[in-house]
Amino acid sequence: MYTQAMDIPDESGKKLAAVSNAPSDQEAAFEARIDADGRIEPQDWMPEAYRKTLVRQISQHAHSEIVGMLPEGNWISRAPSLKRKAILIAKVQDEGGHGLYLYSAAETLGTSRDQMLEGLHSGKAKYSSIFNYPTLNWADVGVIGWLVDGAAIMNQVPLCRCSYGPYARAMVRVCKEESFHQRQGYEALLVMMKGTEEQRAMVQDAVNRYWWKCLAMFGPPDADSPHSAQGMRWGIKRISNDDLRQKFIDATVPQAKVLGVTLPDPELKWNEARGHYDYGQIDWAEFWNTVEGNGPCNKERLATRVKAHNDGQWVRDAAQAYARKQKERALKEAA
Amino acid sequence: MSTPIDYLLHLADNAVVLGQRNAEWCGHGPILEEDMALANVSLDLIGQARLLYQRAAELMGGDATEDKLAYFRGPHEFRNYTLLELPHHGALVGYAAADRDYATTIVRNFLYSALMVHVWDGLQQSADPSLAAIAAKSLKETSYHLHHSRDWLVRMGDGTEESHARAQAAVNHLMPYTEEFWTTSPAEGAAVAAKVAIDVWALRPAWDALVNDALAEATLTRPNFHGYVTEGKVGLHSEHLSYLLGEMQGLARAHPGATW
Repeated sequence: MYTQAMDIPDESGKKLAAVSNAPSDQEAAFEARIDADGRIEPQDWMPEAYRKTLVRQISQHAHSEIVGMLPEGNWISRAPSLKRKAILIAKVQDEGGHGLYLYSAAETLGTSRDQMLEGLHSGKAKYSSIFNYPTLNWADVGVIGWLVDGAAIMNQVPLCRCSYGPYARAMVRVCKEESFHQRQGYEALLVMMKGTEEQRAMVQDAVNRYWWKCLAMFGPPDADSPHSAQGMRWGIKRISNDDLRQKFIDATVPQAKVLGVTLPDPELKWNEARGHYDYGQIDWAEFWNTVEGNGPCNKERLATRVKAHNDGQWVRDAAQAYARKQKERALKEAA
Repeated sequence: MSTPIDYLLHLADNAVVLGQRNAEWCGHGPILEEDMALANVSLDLIGQARLLYQRAAELMGGDATEDKLAYFRGPHEFRNYTLLELPHHGALVGYAAADRDYATTIVRNFLYSALMVHVWDGLQQSADPSLAAIAAKSLKETSYHLHHSRDWLVRMGDGTEESHARAQAAVNHLMPYTEEFWTTSPAEGAAVAAKVAIDVWALRPAWDALVNDALAEATLTRPNFHGYVTEGKVGLHSEHLSYLLGEMQGLARAHPGATW
């Protein structure tokens, strides 16, 4: 699962304006390839700002996958059937896998996983803000699949055509798995909606809490989006925040109807003239407050990641010490 | 002779309880690769449990289902080895809180999978063809679990001073619980008589060899056993199982009759 936060500035993006000192023919070749909609590969020359933008975006994406394991992991032990438990474990495992590909893709740009994790743990690097909200009932798991992964897919499908080759290729696999998660989430909700009154109430409650947060996932309105124009120019971003948001709403309204839930927006209605659904005001103050670290779960999410990393230090140390010993033994034997 | 259902429940409960424990690491592993590895182990175990419960439910008939067996039986009805229900830390009472210790997790997975590779191997010849098929599938998965946990056991034992101390403490803590492997419960006895199961006692030399070899490579020592032999497989558990089941079964039990 993931999203948007790639338009969200963080500390690692501060030097974006750095002027490239590369020879102009290299720059010209880069620009020409971008213009021709070609792919940039790790060994190719690229402007420093392009590299930094990508590291920021891909690492935010990777962090989002890893932090995103926590809200869903919250329900693994309590999944109400063995089938749903297995589906949920497999899904959360997929998110971890996405994190791995994405860290690897970012490493091709010359930043190590350790450096990226340091950025996350110190609070300098952002992750998708959607994971700073709590998962309060079992239906949240289904709603995250349907709406959060659904929104992520809207964002990510265009990234399969991203100008940076390793990222684009990682996204092809990620998108396939996300589509699967979205269908599984929706199917779980369909079963609940056909169930008891309490089950239906759980689904509606989860939709009420997540709907607006999902719309905010597409990032600030185009007029306020700090990196969008350059990202579009470089073929890193293909479709604007507002266009993606509209596409998501238009696709989701009929799905909500089939499901039998009410989307919590009284202004949501079909606009014949525009050929799209109109919708109400997103609470951007709340969104930014959460991005800045003051949402309901920011501190818990980050502290949990930091604790897991710190608690695991001795395990990683053991693996390295053992590998060193093995190497020394092999050298001794060879001598 | 028919398949003793209690024996299938013993195998299924082992898998579901250890699967539940392994999944507790999800999002908290020492490195991303291990988060995924333990999720994978858990997924295999939950999958084994499902097949075994389904077979048990089929033999029981009536309204038995895999979820009724997993979610609507109490701790005294569970037939898993006590070893598998223990939390991921050293010896503490049921309501004590402590950080998870990866050495405990790894040593437990190792001790159990070192047994189960032999059990599943033997069960491929079970007189119950469904169980034989489940055994063939589970053997492949368990071989991987053994490989994974053995590798880490050796890395920890022969890693740093701290990892060695943690691994040795986990071995000291958990090894006595393996004595339960070698007693014969009525369900096991009936299953052996029906040629549905194999005699676990006969696997002891093979298990000992696997364990002793790994411990030696890990520079760890095997503690001598003297003490209480646990009886989880006849329904007499530690204080820890009711907490594990309380968490696992709570939501399902709050909505009896609901479909998920």
